[in-house]
Amino acid sequence: MEDVGSIVAFWVLSVITVGAALMVVAVRNLIHAVLFLILSFIGVAGLYLTLSADFVAIAQILIYAGAISVLILFAVMLTPRAARDNAETFLQVPGLVLAALVAVTMGAIALVTDWSEATSGPMSETAEAIGEALLDKYVLPFEIASVVLLAAMVGAIVLVRED
Amino acid sequence: MSVELSHYLLVGAILFSIGLYVALAKRNAVGILMGIELMFNAVNLTLIAFSRFAESPQPIAGHVFVVFVITVAAAEAALALALAVLVYRNRETIDIDKINLMRW
Repeated sequence: MEDVGSIVAFWVLSVITVGAALMVVAVRNLIHAVLFLILSFIGVAGLYLTLSADFVAIAQILIYAGAISVLILFAVMLTPRAARDNAETFLQVPGLVLAALVAVTMGAIALVTDWSEATSGPMSETAEAIGEALLDKYVLPFEIASVVLLAAMVGAIVLVRED
Repeated sequence: MSVELSHYLLVGAILFSIGLYVALAKRNAVGILMGIELMFNAVNLTLIAFSRFAESPQPIAGHVFVVFVITVAAAEAALALALAVLVYRNRETIDIDKINLMRW
């Protein structure tokens, strides 16, 4: 990735993604936190595009920014008398220390290791290759995923059904 | 200066630790779920970055893995939110400090 456009796109999208994730931590209203979470999801989708992963980027927009965030908003709306102040528990300081340790460790690994990067360059469109792989080599995991989704759907309906 | 694999891995690491903090420290059960989703996103970003930059006989396998992770994350989100609504119906709160029936 040598051209200026993709470099600028990477930095802008990285700042949007990480900044929105930090706002999820910082804002005091749970609804606003969900909205910043959606912005972070969209930033990650843009990062997928800079990695020439078009199919995954569209799936990210449709499933995360569309479906899962709507589910989270529904869950917030369906619990009207619960606290919406986005506050922390007594685990705030240990959580902060642990998260900082994880960030430093993984960041150091990412920076120090000599990744032998491929010279193959960006892929062309991936949707066709993913479709062929899903229905050929990965057909058994594909079918199992459909069963998992069915079981989760039935389980969610049975759990919240009023009777 | 060009964008390399380690830049993406760094963004993934920062995103993962923010999600870890949210999942550990937030008081609202829905907030914890938001942290878990952030961690899923960080791992997916790392997988796609490796799929783009690493030499592999199967360059598309990383993408397929991410598709499966997104599928399972959707199922997990639906079930976790159903559980949150169920807890709210029984106890009028989803504050995890107050859900302590099994505390010793």
